[in-house]
Amino acid sequence: MIDFTPRNSKIWSRLGPSGAVGTAAVELAENTDDVVMLTADLCYFSGLERFRGSFPDRLYNFGIAEQNMVGAAGGMAKEGLIPFATTYASFATSRCLDQVRVNMAYMKLPIKLVGLTAGFGAGILGATHMSVEDVAIMRALPNITILSPADCTEIIKCILAASKTKDPIYIRLTGPVNTPIVYKEDYDFKIGKAVQIREGRDVCFIAAGSMVNESMEAARLLDERDISAAVINMHTIKPLDTNIIDEVITKYKLIVTVEEHSVKGGLGGAVSEHIAGMDKHPPIEIIGIDDFFPPAGDYRYQLEKSGLTARQICDRIYNKLKHRA
Amino acid sequence: MVELLAVLYAGKINYNPGNPEWEERDRVILSKGHAALALYPALVQAGIIERECLAEFKKNGALLSGHPSLNGLKGIEFASGSLGQGLSLGVGVALALKKKQNTKSKVYVFLGDGECDEGSVWEAAASAAHYELANLVAIVDANAIQYDGFTDEILKMNPAKQKWIKFGWDAIEIDGHDIGQIWNGYDYESDGPKVIIANTVKGKGISFMEGNKQFHNARISEEQYRTAMEELEADG
Repeated sequence: MIDFTPRNSKIWSRLGPSGAVGTAAVELAENTDDVVMLTADLCYFSGLERFRGSFPDRLYNFGIAEQNMVGAAGGMAKEGLIPFATTYASFATSRCLDQVRVNMAYMKLPIKLVGLTAGFGAGILGATHMSVEDVAIMRALPNITILSPADCTEIIKCILAASKTKDPIYIRLTGPVNTPIVYKEDYDFKIGKAVQIREGRDVCFIAAGSMVNESMEAARLLDERDISAAVINMHTIKPLDTNIIDEVITKYKLIVTVEEHSVKGGLGGAVSEHIAGMDKHPPIEIIGIDDFFPPAGDYRYQLEKSGLTARQICDRIYNKLKHRA
Repeated sequence: MVELLAVLYAGKINYNPGNPEWEERDRVILSKGHAALALYPALVQAGIIERECLAEFKKNGALLSGHPSLNGLKGIEFASGSLGQGLSLGVGVALALKKKQNTKSKVYVFLGDGECDEGSVWEAAASAAHYELANLVAIVDANAIQYDGFTDEILKMNPAKQKWIKFGWDAIEIDGHDIGQIWNGYDYESDGPKVIIANTVKGKGISFMEGNKQFHNARISEEQYRTAMEELEADG
């Protein structure tokens, strides 16, 4: 049985998102016969080496053929298996979008699609391997749950929870190796139920994935400027936890969404769509990646270029509130 | 297509209309979903759906849609219509059956020859051979016509049989209108995935339609309908 301890959270952080996938996969396989892992020539990159060693008959490598992998995952899911199909987020979504659309969205086959290095995790490889529009693509499809875990502990939580549902699920993994730790200890994780992890008075960050940690850091920096910020971890982007938004919407001067994703159609879009129907609400600042293909570069370079470091987020919110005042 | 489906459902398939989830049933995937009109009567003959359903074909909101939908119609386990996806589904089902140690069931996937233009068909073909899926049978309706014309003029994929063999499949070629050849084709034993390339004539049995690319997707007049029915009835 997996232990959610401070020590393990450090180990998983060092392994990074792929290592967390591999850890969760082994845990699942030891307890559930029906779980199978699928890869498109990225077994090692997906952290599945240990899984392959322990459960060689449950690791299916489809070669560099993502469309076939997702199609086969659909057939397996139809037969009652619990297939986790893993590849780069860009290929998991846009490369085999029609298979995702027909199998997961229309037929509701309970494939668990894992998108590695969403955002800038593979940014050094250039635009083909970045994935800054996958949430927008997947959010437009009915019936697919979209998860965006905040750290490696939450990645494991997401994968374990995903295996227990009959729903098609897309899990987008953001963040670098040596992933910043948000959760040091065990906590209750429920798909569709966002978690407020910081209280505040003036500003409310609604963040997902790697940007939960950056938002927490930004909130600490804002404290130094006498601005009090709350942080909500919106780990489930679809279905959006609208209850928590309804609860907080009247309490703050500014709502700020933060995501390692395009400003078009992601978490910011989802929150805005919900808020648009309200008679009265505070302004919404959508922080993400501008509508363009960022140049190749490493993770921190990409964050800085996109204004997604904690310091940049802090400055932007400070200036916004100062301007309004 | 009609003969291929009729023989399968009349004499080859293991299926229990009273228990559609029966584990040992054979699985059928109509990857060339636009042949749904050939599938629905076969489902009637097999006792899976009622004959009255046929009158609902392509009516607004009807279960019998132009392509098979996942709308509760018995006998339809997978939606199709977006070409090139069915064989991958079949690979996944065949792999799952092996994992479940179900040695009784077979997976039948019906493809069009035009559909085989899709690269995803060949991704699936390669993986079926890689995983030695002897429980997987593909049937290619080789009618030599696709939307824009004759298949060899649009994208030359022939000789198809050699392609399948090169991809590691056991391939046989039959006359897709000859009931005996179809029957024997389904019986053909193979240690790996098997493809039956069924050479057919589009519009078979109706003189003005046979091999006529204009009837790949076309409406017919009342007069053409009467002529067609007279010819079919004359053939018995």
